[in-house]
Amino acid sequence: MATNVSPLQSEPVIGPNQTYGSVTDKIANICLGKQAPPVFWYIGLLTGLALMGGLGHGALWLFLNGVGVWGLNIPVGWGFAIINFVWWIGIGHAGTLISAILLLFRQDWRTSINRFAEAMTLFAVSCAGLFPLLHVGRPWLAFWLMPYPNTMNVWPQFRSPLVWDVFAVSTYATVSALFWYTGLIPDLATMRDRATGKVAKTIYGIFALGWRGSARHWERYEIAYLMLAGLSTPLVVSVHTVVSFDFAVSVIPGWHATLFPPYFVAGAIYSGFAMVLTLAIPVRYFWGLEDFITMRHIDAMAKVTLATGLVVFYGYMMEVFFGWYSQNEYEQFMILNRMSGPYAPMYWMLIFCNGLTPQLLWFKKVRFNIPFLFVISLIVNVGMWLERFVIVVTSLHRDFLPSSWDMYYPTFWDWIIYIGSIGQFLVFFFLFLRFVPMIAIFEVKHLVPLSKKA
Amino acid sequence: MPQFFPKSANMLALLTLAIVALGAGGGLSALLITSRSPYNTQQGMPIGQPVPFSHKHHTTGLGIDCRHCHYSVEVSGFAAIPPTKTCMTCHSQIWNEAPMLEPVRESFRTDESIDWVRVHDLPDYVYFNHSIHVNKGVGCATCHGQVNEMPLMWKANTLQMQWCMDCHWNPEVNLRPRDQITNMDWQPPADAEARQALATQLAEEYDVQSKVSCSVCHR
Repeated sequence: MATNVSPLQSEPVIGPNQTYGSVTDKIANICLGKQAPPVFWYIGLLTGLALMGGLGHGALWLFLNGVGVWGLNIPVGWGFAIINFVWWIGIGHAGTLISAILLLFRQDWRTSINRFAEAMTLFAVSCAGLFPLLHVGRPWLAFWLMPYPNTMNVWPQFRSPLVWDVFAVSTYATVSALFWYTGLIPDLATMRDRATGKVAKTIYGIFALGWRGSARHWERYEIAYLMLAGLSTPLVVSVHTVVSFDFAVSVIPGWHATLFPPYFVAGAIYSGFAMVLTLAIPVRYFWGLEDFITMRHIDAMAKVTLATGLVVFYGYMMEVFFGWYSQNEYEQFMILNRMSGPYAPMYWMLIFCNGLTPQLLWFKKVRFNIPFLFVISLIVNVGMWLERFVIVVTSLHRDFLPSSWDMYYPTFWDWIIYIGSIGQFLVFFFLFLRFVPMIAIFEVKHLVPLSKKA
Repeated sequence: MPQFFPKSANMLALLTLAIVALGAGGGLSALLITSRSPYNTQQGMPIGQPVPFSHKHHTTGLGIDCRHCHYSVEVSGFAAIPPTKTCMTCHSQIWNEAPMLEPVRESFRTDESIDWVRVHDLPDYVYFNHSIHVNKGVGCATCHGQVNEMPLMWKANTLQMQWCMDCHWNPEVNLRPRDQITNMDWQPPADAEARQALATQLAEEYDVQSKVSCSVCHR
């Protein structure tokens, strides 16, 4: 791993006075309970559990009554389910970008944040996966999406992007889980060796797969990790491209655009980095990890958010341009309807959240102002959710035939399942923070020589 | 640092991997096999009825045509379960005191239908029409098997969608002349060439097409 830092970078990637021992102590003690979890952890976990209860309640009601309990109807047959699906999948993308692409580019600032960014990916994909399953109405038959030798003599419709989605997302989930777990093995061995309780030792020991840290282990580990990074890299681009095909392959104005794949991928990375900031800022504060997640990391993530945010904003402008340039009355109407129709407030909020707010990140003062940056990251998360809402709802609710126009209003059950999925994410994430080394111990040790001696 | 796990843990780890792999493969295969087996489809399993009506006795033994009871098969989607009156046209005269037939007489007296157990029960989301099949030259026995050999009725085929599709992809070879529809013993010509010639000729004559779009059956 390259350890030379550009002289232009004033902020260090690791705090002062860190040694190999102090790195291990700090991170391992969190998992072993030697550093008591902050009150914030209990609050977060309990909030997550409460919201997750709402998810269970909403899902049960949905299964008992069918998807009619949602606000879906013709013409808006895709509502919150696909909005939330795309939102969650997009959030996951930052983890993969950080762990795979930044690894291949040898960006050493990734090492402190890759572990929990990858965890975020996994948990976000698990939340995303919920929504198609809930939306099929009979989730116990969801395996019909898989091509297997069934008794019906029919295969899934391979020409449908919805089937491509199944493969894209399941591949993504599998590779992300493997990548995350492979990267964890050396740290799990550290935890096994440091744990004092028999139960903790056994559990960490089983998952450490007999890692002893021999030179041969390390050699194989490095090869495996690099290969998985190579496998994950195309996924950063391909998964959200396929998700965008769900829309782009249709003929609905506002969906049928060649712009969609790059615009969706940029949006995914944008929302993902915002989410990493949303998570990293409280985590470093409450667990006292400022020496590992330094201002350098925060700054770099804010810059990536700004860069991808500009691509997203370019996408919005191009949609308007295409609407005019196509000289197609349906395309033109779609844009006008977005800007001045019944959902216009959502559109302008979207422009505020994703077009204007990120411009503040041009300023170093803003990027170094932690509370301000936290608020911006939340606004971006809201903005990306609004983007999917605007794309899905405004395109569907007024299509070619005015006689079939109608409004879409989410119901209580739409909201409880959406908010419940955030609860599920929180529960997984807070359990992860407590029981799994949230920062890659052995990777951060590469950076120890850079730690200033006071 | 001493090893935490004993040396046997290595074998245990390998064994776990093997069990997971074999278990997943075996479990999935078991599901695929079970779903096709008579355990799931009830193919070949005689079904008990409130009156032990024998198709074998009434057709082979007495020579009654299928359409005597299933009278609407040529004109309706539903082949018809005969009303008790149909039974009573004979059984008011013969076996009219047999204890076995008491449910039939009771049904006639009270005007309450006999609770026959449906043997060939398609899911509600499948639209099936008897008349179109019969009129296009698909014989009773093609789907229902040798009903004239069945004392109690059973399913001769799985009625799974792949079985429907096998014929819908290539219906010609399952056709017979319309006047042989209810003939349980009709056989296509033994000679392969003659069989194919008959299949082509009947398909042409009855205008039989392969119908495989979803909405043919799922309306």
